[in-house]
Amino acid sequence: MTRIHMAGAGGLLLDAADGAFNDMIQRRIWATSRELNAREDVVQTLPGVNNLLVMFDAAETDHAAMENLLRDVWTQASADEIPTREIVVPVVYGGTFGEDLALVARFANLTEEETIEAHMAGRYSVAAIGAMAGFVYLTGLDPRLAIPRRDSPRLRVEEGAVVIGGGHAGVMPCTSPSGWHILGRTDLCLFDAFRPEPGLLRLGDTVRFVRAS
Amino acid sequence: MIEILTGSSLNTIQDFGRPHAMAMGVAQGGAMDRLALGYGNLLLDNPLDAAGIEIVFFPFRVRFHAGMSFAVTGADCPVTLDDLQLPRDWAITARPGQTLIIRAPRQGARAYLTVRGGLDVPTVLGARSTDLKGGFGGFEGRALQKGDRLACMTATSIRLPAAGYGLSRACPLPPADGTQVRVLPAAEHEIFTPESLKTFQTAAWTLTPSANRMGYRLEGQETLALTRKLSLFSHGILPGTVQVPPAGQPIVQMMDANTCGGYPKIATVIEPDLRLLSQTTVGAPVHFREITREEAVQAVRQNATDLRNLTAGVSKLRAQLVF
Repeated sequence: MTRIHMAGAGGLLLDAADGAFNDMIQRRIWATSRELNAREDVVQTLPGVNNLLVMFDAAETDHAAMENLLRDVWTQASADEIPTREIVVPVVYGGTFGEDLALVARFANLTEEETIEAHMAGRYSVAAIGAMAGFVYLTGLDPRLAIPRRDSPRLRVEEGAVVIGGGHAGVMPCTSPSGWHILGRTDLCLFDAFRPEPGLLRLGDTVRFVRAS
Repeated sequence: MIEILTGSSLNTIQDFGRPHAMAMGVAQGGAMDRLALGYGNLLLDNPLDAAGIEIVFFPFRVRFHAGMSFAVTGADCPVTLDDLQLPRDWAITARPGQTLIIRAPRQGARAYLTVRGGLDVPTVLGARSTDLKGGFGGFEGRALQKGDRLACMTATSIRLPAAGYGLSRACPLPPADGTQVRVLPAAEHEIFTPESLKTFQTAAWTLTPSANRMGYRLEGQETLALTRKLSLFSHGILPGTVQVPPAGQPIVQMMDANTCGGYPKIATVIEPDLRLLSQTTVGAPVHFREITREEAVQAVRQNATDLRNLTAGVSKLRAQLVF
């Protein structure tokens, strides 16, 4: 059941979540996002996980008309088939770089080695980009590793930390507070504002984690 | 060229931010009080969104190494150019070698220093704003430090009266006894208990010392609770979003907020009132008042009209200046 909520005078949040994460819904979110972004009266869209935030100029654009437009575009959207690339992320697991590995292993009732294997076995997909510049929400995490986020976030998690939280996987693109659990570390640069394409990963990309050699 | 004489981890170069980079996860950023930055630029006949310095750490001192026109706007601070005291929201021309001191505000929290032409720092991802979290934009991606020398964009000089000029009451500030902000209900509004929805609007929320450009954490006697446990997927959030984490105390997302989050949202502060919140001092009470979508749109339109009138007012005043 899709709901559309107000997000201030110049924002609408379409929430299409229906229980567990749904890949088909996500592809329709991307298609809706792409179509709306091409319009002059839309300032920006932000695809989330099975949801979409749409921003517009409330002084110029009628709120109700924008809501109708969003509903129409969403209803007619078909699942986006966007070209996918495979990005391989080399990880140093455990030790000082992965301080939560033991905790996650206990939660999953696995050994640390089995936990690493389970993390590496996943074929992840970039569902959404956000929170921090270049942070990606990866779907496809082994359900056994779906440990809830920490009750209180760490004030400082280092750039490159390979993390899991709330059923998603991710990599820290910069040093920042975070409530996700740290399994390891990568040297890949996920975001550089001065690169022609600042973000390393695009929506729909496939991500694989391997042990760094 | 201006030279920064006071270092801090909080004073940054800001313009109107990066709304079009949010899909990359980059914070919208930009001046917390856009009206104050914009008004300084108006007085200097700059583009409204030219880059200036957002000052929250006082006293703030700069030296002018060349003659140039500048403005100090926003919070009501004691401001001196060498020995000359300047009125609030004022533009004037400095001579080479003069020192400007902006002291702690009597009212408000953020002052803006703008210069004729705007500050000349590189445009990164569409703006000159400093993104402290990302470490880019502004001056070397960081807060201004003692000894930093900032260049101004090339612009023809403007002629100002020797004593300077300004409009009275251009940038209203929140009264000391409390900031009223208007809000619209947000996505999880209906899932909060009726008592919480009432408390949200009737309580005097206190701004806590952790308030920064990312978020304004508030504290109240009572906490806000949901009628049932929620587990939300991460979703886009805008500045002004009032999140309620499990502890039940609201956090208003500000200009450098994360672009996505997962906490329940009770309301959104309407854009014209976000600047008032940004000028609220730590420890001061904040009151939320829910309005309808129609009233919010009206307020946004009124805000745009006010800015047009202000622009016209400054332009008329400039034409009448007597030298």
